[in-house]
Amino acid sequence: MKSIIKTLVETPGPSGYEAQVRAVVRKMVEPFADEVKVDALGNLLVRKCGSDERKVMLAAHMDEIGIMATHVDENGFVRFTNIGGVRPFNCLGGRVRFLNGALGIIGAERMLDESKVPPLEKMYIDVGASSPKDCPVHVGDVAAFERPFLDLGDRLVAKAMDDRIGVAALIETLRCLKTPLHEVVFVFSVQEEVGLRGATTAAFGISPYVGLAVDVTRTGDTPKEAKMDVALGKGPAIKVRDRGMLSDPRVVDWMVRAAKKAGLPYQMEVLERGTTDAKAIQITQAGVPAGCLSIPCRYIHAPSEMVDFGDVQQAVKLLLELLHSPISLK
Amino acid sequence: MRNKQRDKIMTQEKSSAPRIAAAQIRLLERLSNACAVSGDEGALRQVVLEQVRSAADDVIVDALGNVLVTCRGQGKDRPRVMVAAHMDEVGFLLTHKENEGIFHFDTVGRIDARQLVGKPVLVGSEQIPGVIGVKPVHLTEIEERSKVISIKSLRIDIGLGKDSKVKVGDRATFATRFFRLGRNLCGKAFDDRIGVATLIELVTHAPTNIDLLAAFTVQEEIGLRGARVAAYTFDPDLAFVLDCTPAFDLPSWDGEENTRYNTRLGAGPAIYIADGGTISDPRLIQLLVRTAEEEGIPYQFRQPGGGGTDAGAIQRQRAGIPSVSISVPGRYLHTPVSLVRLEDWKQTLNLVYAALRRITSKTLT
Repeated sequence: MKSIIKTLVETPGPSGYEAQVRAVVRKMVEPFADEVKVDALGNLLVRKCGSDERKVMLAAHMDEIGIMATHVDENGFVRFTNIGGVRPFNCLGGRVRFLNGALGIIGAERMLDESKVPPLEKMYIDVGASSPKDCPVHVGDVAAFERPFLDLGDRLVAKAMDDRIGVAALIETLRCLKTPLHEVVFVFSVQEEVGLRGATTAAFGISPYVGLAVDVTRTGDTPKEAKMDVALGKGPAIKVRDRGMLSDPRVVDWMVRAAKKAGLPYQMEVLERGTTDAKAIQITQAGVPAGCLSIPCRYIHAPSEMVDFGDVQQAVKLLLELLHSPISLK
Repeated sequence: MRNKQRDKIMTQEKSSAPRIAAAQIRLLERLSNACAVSGDEGALRQVVLEQVRSAADDVIVDALGNVLVTCRGQGKDRPRVMVAAHMDEVGFLLTHKENEGIFHFDTVGRIDARQLVGKPVLVGSEQIPGVIGVKPVHLTEIEERSKVISIKSLRIDIGLGKDSKVKVGDRATFATRFFRLGRNLCGKAFDDRIGVATLIELVTHAPTNIDLLAAFTVQEEIGLRGARVAAYTFDPDLAFVLDCTPAFDLPSWDGEENTRYNTRLGAGPAIYIADGGTISDPRLIQLLVRTAEEEGIPYQFRQPGGGGTDAGAIQRQRAGIPSVSISVPGRYLHTPVSLVRLEDWKQTLNLVYAALRRITSKTLT
């Protein structure tokens, strides 16, 4: 599974430009699926038939944050804007890879006060060009942050763990899935980081009976971090609430019961910021019972996001437990 | 039901290409001078209905006030292509009568408070003149003049006597009348009357390879509300949005390169790659770029960044609708006077029409 994770995190796919990731995922899932298709917005929909036609939707997003070129100046420097939640302090000195392969580093205009992080408008990307003519980058070109996968044993580090680790968990779940009771649609969604856009349309198209997102959540286990009762290595987190969604209590109960029954570790998650594809699933059409299985992750949206490999494996086991037994929402 | 005479007229019209000439400029003048603040688009809807009726196969006004026009093409497997332009404009809403002829007001849509003081306005459906007054220079201190005056402390003054015709809840707009300025056109609300004028021209010269689903939308400026339901009704295969986007193509004071212009006047239609609400479908960007290059139509990319168009709502409707936006660049949008270059408008129509004619059932594969 680690090699799957490495392949996934090292493939660039900022929001709206997920084609490379989609091709990688498609190849990995095709041998195990009953049907694979791509919808109008680019979501990859992977169907596994069950005896009950009511559908379970599982969503993990393929896209990652990144940048887009807005201007190439007369000296070949590239001005850029963010795609998704890019924080300026994570950018300085960072490296990016454009989808056409061009590499660049992020610099900034002279800082009059070094204690203040300049905004993205005061930064630029140096791709080694000296004029617009020899610059391999044009307005609208997209880049992902560039950082190799790091295997620290129990802990794994990479850019785009958010949410390739969820993608990896879904792929592993599909590979290990015998015959599910319900029909399962694995959705590898697009454009989550810019507003859950892919999951919004995928959920409408699927109209599931119950829906779960599988995404990362932040932790409170690093020095002087804001309080949060989620830590690395204590199992996947069952989301109760975030800024965009109150999980359906029946879904939360169902997940907790399954974890207890299988003897799997889990944590309860109350997240004060952010949200996931589950929000979009919950409010599609006439409404869907929805929840989220989170994989704890440190340093989210930095180019080095850290997860615990054990948490990932337990998440897969919990998903399998959920899919192999009847859904009871009460 | 279509009658034969109309079919004949339509065939003639459809065989000719759309264009921007004196008649279309006169129509833009009418559209620009009309008042249609978000939520109160009736005056503009009347003009649109009058212009499109004879050329359409089907016209409906939906529950929110969108005008939804269908122009069916010919042949099998015609893609259903939605093209949207919003009828509404930013403006004002009278909120409280303070005194005879003096009203408190609020802005509708995004307007910079610094644009307001001392501007003439037109109030209500009868376009009653008024002014947003301010204490004159004679009576103010230096310190007072360095501050932005908040909307709360401004009033619309329609003068005594006329206010029997004016009531709380009425909308108001800047009073600017359309005029020409060299190669440019000036007026209020070119955002998005220029899109509306373009879309009317497309409806009256609808390409026959597609079903053209023209949506003249309401309430764009306050959150894309009309487009959301219009897209639900039309349920198209793909969508184009015609709008007007800021050009800030002025030289900087110290001669440094301007790297944040958004768009430039005279550089042709602005194609969107990404804005605050939509990442354009790369296949549709490609269609526009290829069309422009092969037909020799100038184009520019709008600098990716914030802002948004009706595409933000359309793209996310139902199970997803691939979308792209094209704008005429305009200086000074959301102020009393916007300025566009006539040639940019002509080329925008040329590009959109040529791209629509190239659409086939394979465009998205």
